[in-house]
Amino acid sequence: MAASQSPVELVCPAGTPAALRAAIDAGADCVYLGFRDETNARNFPGLNFSREELAEGVAYAHARGGRVYVAINTFPRAGHPEIWHRAVDDAARLGVDAVILADLGLCDYAARKHPDLRLHLSVQASASSAEAIRFYHEAFGIRRAVLPRVLTVSEIAGLGAAVPVEMEVFVFGGLCVMAEGRCALSSYATGKSPNMNGACSPASHVRYIEKGDKVVSQLGGFTINTFGAGEPAGYPTLCKGRFEANGRLNYLFEEPTSLNTLSILPEMIAAGVRAFKIEGRQRGRAYVANVVRSFRQAVDAIARGETPPDMALEDITEGGRQTAGAYERSWR
Amino acid sequence: MREAKLTVGPVLFNWRPEVWRDFYFRLADEAPVDTVHLGEVVCSKRQPFFAPHLPEVMDRLTAAGKEVVLSSLALVMSERERDAMRALALDAGDLLVEANDLAIAADLAGRPHMIGPFVNVYNEGTLGYLAGRGARRICLPAELPLETLTILAAEDKAEIEVQSFGRLPLALSARCYHARSHNLHKDGCQYVCGQDLDGMAVDTMDGLAFLTVNGTQTMSSRYANLLGELGDLRKAGIHRFRLWPQSGDMVAVAGLFRRVLDGALDAKEAAGRLADLVPPDVEFANGYVHGREGHAFVA
Repeated sequence: MAASQSPVELVCPAGTPAALRAAIDAGADCVYLGFRDETNARNFPGLNFSREELAEGVAYAHARGGRVYVAINTFPRAGHPEIWHRAVDDAARLGVDAVILADLGLCDYAARKHPDLRLHLSVQASASSAEAIRFYHEAFGIRRAVLPRVLTVSEIAGLGAAVPVEMEVFVFGGLCVMAEGRCALSSYATGKSPNMNGACSPASHVRYIEKGDKVVSQLGGFTINTFGAGEPAGYPTLCKGRFEANGRLNYLFEEPTSLNTLSILPEMIAAGVRAFKIEGRQRGRAYVANVVRSFRQAVDAIARGETPPDMALEDITEGGRQTAGAYERSWR
Repeated sequence: MREAKLTVGPVLFNWRPEVWRDFYFRLADEAPVDTVHLGEVVCSKRQPFFAPHLPEVMDRLTAAGKEVVLSSLALVMSERERDAMRALALDAGDLLVEANDLAIAADLAGRPHMIGPFVNVYNEGTLGYLAGRGARRICLPAELPLETLTILAAEDKAEIEVQSFGRLPLALSARCYHARSHNLHKDGCQYVCGQDLDGMAVDTMDGLAFLTVNGTQTMSSRYANLLGELGDLRKAGIHRFRLWPQSGDMVAVAGLFRRVLDGALDAKEAAGRLADLVPPDVEFANGYVHGREGHAFVA
């Protein structure tokens, strides 16, 4: 399927070459991916791309009218900037359509070294105001900002009128409840963080312990949740756990739930959003194909002036539960 | 070796305005610290409450010879917050402003300012870039190991400050967990965060102290305590240490850090006395500096 004439771009996750092909075949306008190392925020075992795989992926996407964005969105480790610099250099050399960056120093490097390379600001940069986004635009020529998942649709509309760059928002998948790029909860419990290691609540620090008829899920030795017999034991992502506070035991930060904004896509477009991003580079190709196809239909329907069809994505969302998250003011 | 300096960071909690004022009055009169930060970092809804006391607190601190730094909001979103940040930058006069969000960065460019721990400075590239725009002092994020602190201090482009005492800021959100825990919404929060002087305890299901909620902010349950690391940090070229305000006796806490830095008190003995200055159920952490989990304590 060729990329569409839609007013918005569908930016889809590719954790593997197979997922890249599945996303492009299902109607993705663009895929985003990372190198197989600590330079990207989904640095999980078995995921991501070698240089050769990226070259093949770029060829596959470009031959079908699609684009490839490379996320280099962790914060370079002091003393080792060359690992991140090489990632930017290689992405540019292999003809990617944009790199997605979060670190100020790396933005500076990319802007100076590769003036023709298109720069997108990662959600990890946590630029939540017109002033912050303008700062990155004026300093480094950032052309697009991926907005942090802290803004309401009406705040996004206000932003759109005030910034000289394209806005990209998350529309589906995993949901950070904290301001991205400014969260050290994972490293507090495990020593590994999204900013430094590209990993949140890493599997290496997860344990499931049977206690009688219950299963306890732990992260770094801290109990994150407990499940009864027959209840599926969810993954212990720190901010989706059950904790005791103010005398009550509940999901203090957020329930195990997924972001799904299908119902508010037209409002997002009206707010000036240029690109819809689907989370899930850790997901398999079947999942990716399923979600991309659904959003392709929805975006195309909106482009034709129709109401997007109802789509059953509940069965693939976390815990079967969905939320529009911070896009609706009541979430706060 | 350069003289060691102590900073008291801004009060991160929602203290009653008189408590807030008296806390700073006492720091001005008694605390052996060089620099004191003022300003609301966590929730812009709190600012109007203590704002009337700002001028007298600033006067008292300045008269006592303390450097006053104005800290900005850490997560700037609304029109009102954006206007407030612009006004803060414009009205600061000769005072140093600490940028905790890049929303205020453009307004501070080209004049001496400070970068706070809520802006991500992880490496020499970012440090050099910000220093080139006028950043004179940078308080680094909590999760950095000694190896990184050493490299950044060796750059010698801006004075490096390290968070050394108190609950560590770990995360920010648009959602208010304090309100949520009281079945309230952020817009109608009834300022329930004011009920907890040192934040609201967040325990695991099996009763282990884990985190602390302070409105939209999530912090560690354990207090950072780098008394035992001061010597290594100074050898690494770090000479400025931040103490986060807690409701205990901060004058006494500052005194312990001051005497250890001056070589007048052994770090081990000071650590023992520090334990008497915090609530009995509070434990210490220094894991990040040792490249470990943030909650760890390496003896």
